[in-house]
Amino acid sequence: MTAAVIHRGFVEKTLTSLLHALERASSSERLAEQRGLLQHVDARVKLLGCLALIVAAAVSRHLDTLTLLFAAIAILALVSRVPLHLLTRAWAIIFVFTAAIALPALFTTPGQSIATVAGIPVTLQGLRSAAFLVDRVESATTLGLVLISTTPWPQIIAALRSLRVPAAVVLIIGMTYRYIFVLLRSAEEMFIARRSRSIGRLEGAVRRRMATATAGVLLGKALALSDEVYLAMQARGFRGEVRTLEELRMRGRDWTAGALFTAAAIVAFWQGLR
Amino acid sequence: MSDSLFDVRGVTFSYDGVPALGGIDLSILRGERVALLGANGSGKSTFLRLLDGLDFAQSGTIDFDGRTLTPGQLDDSSFAHDFRRRVGLVFQNPDVQLFNATVFDELAFGPLQIGWSSDEIRTRIDAVMESLDIARLAARPPHRLSMGEKKRVAIASVLVIHPEVLLLDEPTAALDPRSQSEIINLLSGWSGGTRTAVTATHDLSIVEDIADRCVVFESGRVAAVGTPREIVQNEELLHRTGLLHAHRHRHESGVVHSHPHLHRHGDHHH
Repeated sequence: MTAAVIHRGFVEKTLTSLLHALERASSSERLAEQRGLLQHVDARVKLLGCLALIVAAAVSRHLDTLTLLFAAIAILALVSRVPLHLLTRAWAIIFVFTAAIALPALFTTPGQSIATVAGIPVTLQGLRSAAFLVDRVESATTLGLVLISTTPWPQIIAALRSLRVPAAVVLIIGMTYRYIFVLLRSAEEMFIARRSRSIGRLEGAVRRRMATATAGVLLGKALALSDEVYLAMQARGFRGEVRTLEELRMRGRDWTAGALFTAAAIVAFWQGLR
Repeated sequence: MSDSLFDVRGVTFSYDGVPALGGIDLSILRGERVALLGANGSGKSTFLRLLDGLDFAQSGTIDFDGRTLTPGQLDDSSFAHDFRRRVGLVFQNPDVQLFNATVFDELAFGPLQIGWSSDEIRTRIDAVMESLDIARLAARPPHRLSMGEKKRVAIASVLVIHPEVLLLDEPTAALDPRSQSEIINLLSGWSGGTRTAVTATHDLSIVEDIADRCVVFESGRVAAVGTPREIVQNEELLHRTGLLHAHRHRHESGVVHSHPHLHRHGDHHH
């Protein structure tokens, strides 16, 4: 008896990974419903607070301040019950990608040589530049992760609305999130249906041609779906003007959290720009 | 005031030259419950869209309460407001209909377009969610609902505006028996003789529960009109219009035979 080997093309693997990533986003919605420090804070406070800290990290001119800020963000994530494995995985992936971008700076930034790799000197200034980039990106991404892990997506949408982001933009963001699940699921089913009727391994050119055809069909489905959704909106009275129901209310703990975020951002700016 | 709510005269419609409706004449009365029966592709869904003013007849006319539905008429704010307030359509695919971030937002969408106050909207949403037993789903995003829950929310999103006319496209399709039964109970209790319901379906087992009159579609034309009993007893018509299939049964005695499937599963028959 021979073991069955399932060969999946690059496009199919990518789509499946995307779908799984989105399903993980669903699990982060469940995480956002848990009891942690930030889970019960108003989404607007978290959104503005995280944004202020991201800007503070971006403009900071001191590595020690940046590192302290990153440590504070990591602690905030942990007390908000963001799982450590989720954080470490995100940090590792971001480190690899950012380090790859920062790598040339180690050798090309003029300054004091501290080591030599393959005969090319590594400078202290280059190392600092690379550390700045990695630290900033890690801090910003961790803040983004904390925000989406502690805030249900509908509340982020409501916060964007409340913060006067144009209603049409918020509607588009919300609908994109809503329908990307439907379309990716449809794409995955198309690939599974094709695989169930395929015998043996197809040649690369054939696989690429089929992937292209599938992408075309998916685009057609997306267009048909968008027409249908627009009709469904029209059927319920939509005439081009987006109307929303204000539903967020600030409570005492939200004001306290807002004050703490503001204080943290002021200290980060002050220390980072000193 | 005329008893006729929709007057359909000689309506034709085609998609890129492919005929979908070929000369429909039909009146739907105020407070009437009508089932549009027909096989897939017979024109039922297209007809519902025309009744809802989402597409328009290429020839012939559809009058709603004495006013002809045209693109120009639906562009008129006051008519569109009145029409959308009075007529609601539940799409066959709930994924099309549920485009908001949460169930609560979904239910608020229609009332917001109509311009109700926030308090009025919240009160109405609470009432509808309670009546459809979906209050626990209020904060859930639609992609985390089961198909039965999606259908209920889709229906709720239309019922929330308290429409005078409910148009439903295959409301029980792709549902498990329990969800089907819940939807049928909901629909059978909805009209109460004062509101109009037009339901497109090919499920003969539900028509007596949800309709006073049946209109059978065949290739874009009206093949027959009658009471649910008259229609389900007309085997020749049902065979011809693709609504009936031979159904194999194994009886307790072990005998297996085929006969037309007119009854609900579980009904006693010989």
